Amino acid sequence: MTSELNKKKRKAILIFILPGLVLLGVFIILPFFMSFGLSFTNQRILSRLPTQFVGLRNYERLFKDDQFLIGLKNNMIFALIVVPVQTILALGMALVVNKNLKGVKIFRTAYFMPTVTTMVVVSVVWSFMYNPQGIINNFMQAITFGKWETIDFLKNSSWAFPAIMLMSIWQGAGFQMLIFLAGLQEIPKMLYEASTIDGANKWKQFFYITLPQLRNTTTFVLISTTILSLRLFDQIKIMTNGGPNDSTYTVILHLYNSGFTKQKVGYASAMTVVFFVIVLIISIIQRLLLREQREV
Amino acid sequence: MSKKRSLKRSKIIDKTVGYILLTILALFFLFPLIYMVTTSLNPDESDIVSKMGSIEAFIPTDVSLKNYFGDSSAEDADLTENKGVTGRMNFGRFMFNSIFIVSCTVVAGLIVNSMLAFGLARFSFKGRALLVSLIVALMIIPFEAIAIPLLWLVNIFNWLDSYHVQIIPFIANPFYIFLFYQFFIQFPKALEEAAIIDGASWFKIYWKVALPLSKPILSSVAILHFLTQWGFFLWPLMVTRGEEYRPLPVAMQQFFGQYPRDWGDIMAFASMMTIPVLILFIILQGQFVNSVKSSGIK
Repeated sequence: MTSELNKKKRKAILIFILPGLVLLGVFIILPFFMSFGLSFTNQRILSRLPTQFVGLRNYERLFKDDQFLIGLKNNMIFALIVVPVQTILALGMALVVNKNLKGVKIFRTAYFMPTVTTMVVVSVVWSFMYNPQGIINNFMQAITFGKWETIDFLKNSSWAFPAIMLMSIWQGAGFQMLIFLAGLQEIPKMLYEASTIDGANKWKQFFYITLPQLRNTTTFVLISTTILSLRLFDQIKIMTNGGPNDSTYTVILHLYNSGFTKQKVGYASAMTVVFFVIVLIISIIQRLLLREQREV
Repeated sequence: MSKKRSLKRSKIIDKTVGYILLTILALFFLFPLIYMVTTSLNPDESDIVSKMGSIEAFIPTDVSLKNYFGDSSAEDADLTENKGVTGRMNFGRFMFNSIFIVSCTVVAGLIVNSMLAFGLARFSFKGRALLVSLIVALMIIPFEAIAIPLLWLVNIFNWLDSYHVQIIPFIANPFYIFLFYQFFIQFPKALEEAAIIDGASWFKIYWKVALPLSKPILSSVAILHFLTQWGFFLWPLMVTRGEEYRPLPVAMQQFFGQYPRDWGDIMAFASMMTIPVLILFIILQGQFVNSVKSSGIK
């Protein structure tokens, strides 16, 4: 009787977990390990030449590949600017939305709309606004009383990347705002009440209660935005395709160009491995930071 | 008395500043979207270009859906500028492709991911803990870190240019499995013990007891999965060649790349792709907010 029940149970377990495990195995775990294997070969998608083991050649080439290094540098610049600006903006928005004002939900909805809009659409709409005759140039002219000189933002190598950064902040801030809002709503109200009795003003409350209580949330937002910055592709592909003069070139665009356009699977796999190692290091830092805070 | 009055006054100032900030932010976040819609409604391309830099772009003088569906009554209805998006390309096909791909992925994903999570959360067996940590570890791998080997793999399978190449690899997702797992693990043991005495099978417990109790997490996962798949660009760009299986984001990119650019048509395309999702978002707002919050526990 029990063994029959066990048999039934074993069958049930397999039915529940097998479909998911097979899919994870074939479409995540297998390609993940393949990228390591392929990175030591000269594999191409279509090739009449036999695949050869080339040792570390792909990695040696990668670290001498100017476009890869430019891409890496651009991703870092992007993260260095977008992560703090977007995080501060999102926190500010969350603080305003968290106030007990009538109709605040409508505003929250408005701030979240760009996040629901697909990046491809966002890129197209902002390309229109960045046009030399477009609304952004005219707006700048209006607020500088005509001193602003018209710029073709996306075709200017010093303006294209900042233009894409501004747009990315616009698109992503609403999402981070909601994460901060969830964090704010978890702070016990008692803390504020007690400090008001002690005579603390709003600024003191912000720096001594709100910010320390939001530490975990802030760590999460900072790390996840950093990883998103490394994955930058859609808006670049649509708006500038890496140009002008590689000023908006990124690692994933290089991955796409090498692995897909030029079909160098082996070389792109080496890049994939390096990209993953960078993401892994950032994720480990996040886990360490979060664990430390939980213990405190 | 005067102290009370000044407190009241400072509250009013506080409120006013609050509303001013809220409004400025709302303008910043909404105006590109409004701009997109008003431009798409302007039938006159030269008018769009001449007004594109001014506030007048928001006040359409002549409103029509010509950019969307064309103007068949025009004298030269065959001219590209009079065809509209649906006349210039097979928009319906791309829309169908996107809806079909996304709904298959999301529905299959809900079943497969919740089943795996149920199996891990409600049974005890050898290797269970190991599987749970494996799934947590897999959450770190971004799609870009497997895209190229996966492309090579599906090419070997001969899957390029199809629907399934855009669906099957994206059904199982470690993050969604983890969300379900966290939810199922909270159920009390007594739940299924009672059901088993009643003679219900495991599948019945999952389908009739666990899933109906999981509506909030089901809708969160469905929304997150929908949003990622709807905007997915990198993968379909690599695996679709012809129009047959092309989804909306890739079609948008190709349309945008055609010169001379007809901004009215481009914005009509962008609006048709965005407005349905925005309406869905406004209707399901509460669930949207919850789904974002749940993504924060990663």
